[in-house]
Amino acid sequence: MTFIAKPKIVHKGLSRNALGLTIRDYEGGMSTLCAGCGHDSVTSAIVQAFFELDIPPNQVAKLSGIGCSSKTPAYFLDASHGFNAVHGRMPSIATGASAANRKLYLIGVSGDGDSLSIGLGQFSHALRRNLDMLYIIENNGVYGLTKGQFSASADVGTKAKKGEVNEQQPIDPVQMAMAQGGTFVARSFSGDKDQLVPMIKAGIRHKGFGLIDVLSPCVTFNDHEDSTKSYAYTRRFFHPAVHADFVPPAEEIRTAYDDGEAMPVEMHDGSRIVLRKVSDQYNVHNRGAALDFIRSHHRRGEIITGLLYIDEAEPDMHGISRTPDAPLAQVPFEELCPGSQAMAGLQERFR
Amino acid sequence: MSAKSRINASRANDFVIRLANVNGTGSASANGLLMKTIFRMGVPVMGKNFFPSNIQGLPTWYEIRVTRDHHLARSGEIDIMVAMNAETYQQDLKSLSPGGVFLYDSTWPRHSVVNRQDVTILGVPLAKMCNEHFTNARARILMKNMAYVGALASLLELDREIIEDAVHRTFASKQPLLQANMDAIELGANYASEHFDCPLPTRVEPMNETAGKIMIDGNTASALGCLFAGATVGAWYPITPSTSLMDAFKSFCERYRVDRDTGTRNYCIVQAEDELAAIGIVLGATWNGARAFTPTSGPGLSLMSEFIGYAYFAELPAVLFDVQRVGPSTGMPTRTQQADILSAAYASHGDTRHVLLFPANPNECFELSVEAFDLADRLQTPVIVLLDLDIGMNDWMCDDLEWDDSYRPDRGKVLGADELESIESFYRYLDVDGDGIPYRTYPGVGRKGAYFVRGSGHNKYGGYTEDADEYQEVVDRLVRKWETAATLVPAPVVQRRKSAEWGIVSVGSCDYAVAEAVEVLARRGIHLSYMRVKAFPFSEAVTEFLHQHKRIFVVEQNRDAQLKSLLTLETDYPKERMESILHYSGLPIDRRCVVEAIEASVARGEAA
Repeated sequence: MTFIAKPKIVHKGLSRNALGLTIRDYEGGMSTLCAGCGHDSVTSAIVQAFFELDIPPNQVAKLSGIGCSSKTPAYFLDASHGFNAVHGRMPSIATGASAANRKLYLIGVSGDGDSLSIGLGQFSHALRRNLDMLYIIENNGVYGLTKGQFSASADVGTKAKKGEVNEQQPIDPVQMAMAQGGTFVARSFSGDKDQLVPMIKAGIRHKGFGLIDVLSPCVTFNDHEDSTKSYAYTRRFFHPAVHADFVPPAEEIRTAYDDGEAMPVEMHDGSRIVLRKVSDQYNVHNRGAALDFIRSHHRRGEIITGLLYIDEAEPDMHGISRTPDAPLAQVPFEELCPGSQAMAGLQERFR
Repeated sequence: MSAKSRINASRANDFVIRLANVNGTGSASANGLLMKTIFRMGVPVMGKNFFPSNIQGLPTWYEIRVTRDHHLARSGEIDIMVAMNAETYQQDLKSLSPGGVFLYDSTWPRHSVVNRQDVTILGVPLAKMCNEHFTNARARILMKNMAYVGALASLLELDREIIEDAVHRTFASKQPLLQANMDAIELGANYASEHFDCPLPTRVEPMNETAGKIMIDGNTASALGCLFAGATVGAWYPITPSTSLMDAFKSFCERYRVDRDTGTRNYCIVQAEDELAAIGIVLGATWNGARAFTPTSGPGLSLMSEFIGYAYFAELPAVLFDVQRVGPSTGMPTRTQQADILSAAYASHGDTRHVLLFPANPNECFELSVEAFDLADRLQTPVIVLLDLDIGMNDWMCDDLEWDDSYRPDRGKVLGADELESIESFYRYLDVDGDGIPYRTYPGVGRKGAYFVRGSGHNKYGGYTEDADEYQEVVDRLVRKWETAATLVPAPVVQRRKSAEWGIVSVGSCDYAVAEAVEVLARRGIHLSYMRVKAFPFSEAVTEFLHQHKRIFVVEQNRDAQLKSLLTLETDYPKERMESILHYSGLPIDRRCVVEAIEASVARGEAA
């Protein structure tokens, strides 16, 4: 959404990916968010993930709703088509986009206001139809653009900048997605790029709805003491349960893992995510146990991060709809229109 | 006396039957059978269903007009009442025209209720006969319907072979049911011929007036339009009275769009969580180059308004079907009205105006739904097809639907990868051709065609803006596009009467009632020209017609004269010279109300 052109400086030494593109080819316009905003870190993680995955930018469509987070698609992948929808309604646009052209990689960036209040219904139903997209919630607990009201993800007892205390229960997209049958549920922190980049890569490759809830502090309205969405709080109370390393197809798993620690998950395109358990008790394939783990830690004030649940077997919207491999928008008209003979034959039904 | 004039002198093939039933008792199929029989006897017929928003137990009526002269609107008269609902006996008796026939179930005689002297009362002990003949409790209820069809077969001299053929077709695979239905028809037919002087003067005589005709509802015809126009994505939220449109689309797709070998489907229907999502899905799909549509009704249109404004401003095609029902609010979901004209025309906040198409019969539902996709793609804007419950859900007699194989979709100004290569630069909202319509690209086409779709302020290059001049330049260009739209939409249908100084303007499902009223009034010496608008924006022909007449009657089915308001706002014809004739009870408009209103106006001297 920026109107400041960002100069493209390509150093000779800049590394190129398999397509011969540099990371500059995956960047977008200059951010107009506040200095230090967590969202900008997420943007740079997205840029890096797409660059490293060697995805041609024109095969990506980026979407968002309304809010600070929803401005960010203008800051990455400027060679991709973008769609800035109305507030809370990006999932429906993504649904239609996928229905028409399933070959595109869809990445949606939303916020806690956009997804958990006005857009809770659409978020929930995109999850339900296992829409094939990566859906990132940049979660900061406040409405930034309207200057600091609590959002639905604000924790009980958290204090607003002006002193008001939130007494309503938060809506946690991760727990919601776990309970609702989400097939890829992850949580991360904008300040942890090591965790975030492989997670985004895995989310892009996941066939189905890939949710990443990213705690992304609002430096202007929610980074003070008594906020549970501040940098300081996050660094102290966020605990990874699982580390995920993304391994592209045809590449060997090079990292050395201890016995029993590594758990490779095969993705649809042949790539793998190698999960490393940090906690012995965590099981990324057991929805109930994973949810219990997250909840019990949450009661202790600890936020569990990582790729928390994954299921590659569930069909996505296209699997359920039995649509062809080719995008529906590209099916020739001749195959779609039954023609005059069929029409003549149909008339008898109506006599 | 020739055969034709003898028929004309009689009431044969020119009368109305109304059947009063309780919903959920199986009467719908019996009434449909009755209407189909008359149609298959070659006699033009109209059928209208007045049903409650309920599954079982409430009053429901079905009205059949047998009309040798092809008058396919309600006449306003009722000649035969088949009263099967004791709860509404009094009301039903009262609504019968003088000289009419009241047929009721005399198992329980109601001498005190059924007491009009100017009508003929016929009692048929339907329940008694069915109870004696059938043992099964459900059959005893269901077969009463077929028994009254039998009684009517004798009274109206219906072709028994045609009835029995239809029953055979329906119950071919259910032998016991077939026999039961046949028995019930026999019971009623025999009782009537033994006890009454059959046939009645209001009877059905075979004609040859339905060859090349079909009976189809507008929702089904619209669904066929979507199928033939090549729509691949349909998104919806179930709402009466539009639901059968998507149901029909789905069943046609299952027949014509499934690959026999692989089972893959060249369509994607999404039953959305609500109408806000349904329209969002349509926009996401058209942004990516698919033809997409959503059927809805008034409440859905209200919910869609935000995205409709978005599509207007960001310039995305979309086809919406608003099958109008009675408002405001939940209103009466199973009754008809044309009360969304203004809310559709100006849906959404800010300065917005939308292309509307108004089909008047199932043929036009089919044709205009195809045209809606072409216009939406050509103009890159939402096109709303305004049906109503009467056209959408009732079976209308109309010409066979035909398809021209030379049709190719007009996808409008879309630049592909090759075209992008050949131009220096692409900007999304530039008016290159001077018609107000810019060029667009589909996602996936490459860096040169990439742009950001947004509902926020943008300049002609597609960039975000809050600059006053840049913003205004874009919205002014949208006005040019609107002017182009007025030249592309279908022209009105005009019947000009020589030297007529008064005109009638109407829209959609009012058409048959108005056309018949014009004939009736002409016979009484009141000559009017008639224009039916088919689209908004109004083309020049609309304004021209208005100005050719000193006075204009605007006939429409809503309380607030919405079409008249739109004509007032969007043409320069003086408001004082327009007079409204409004019908908004929720039942389809009838000829009588139009005739009476104009005669009254003439009598007052206002029109003269």
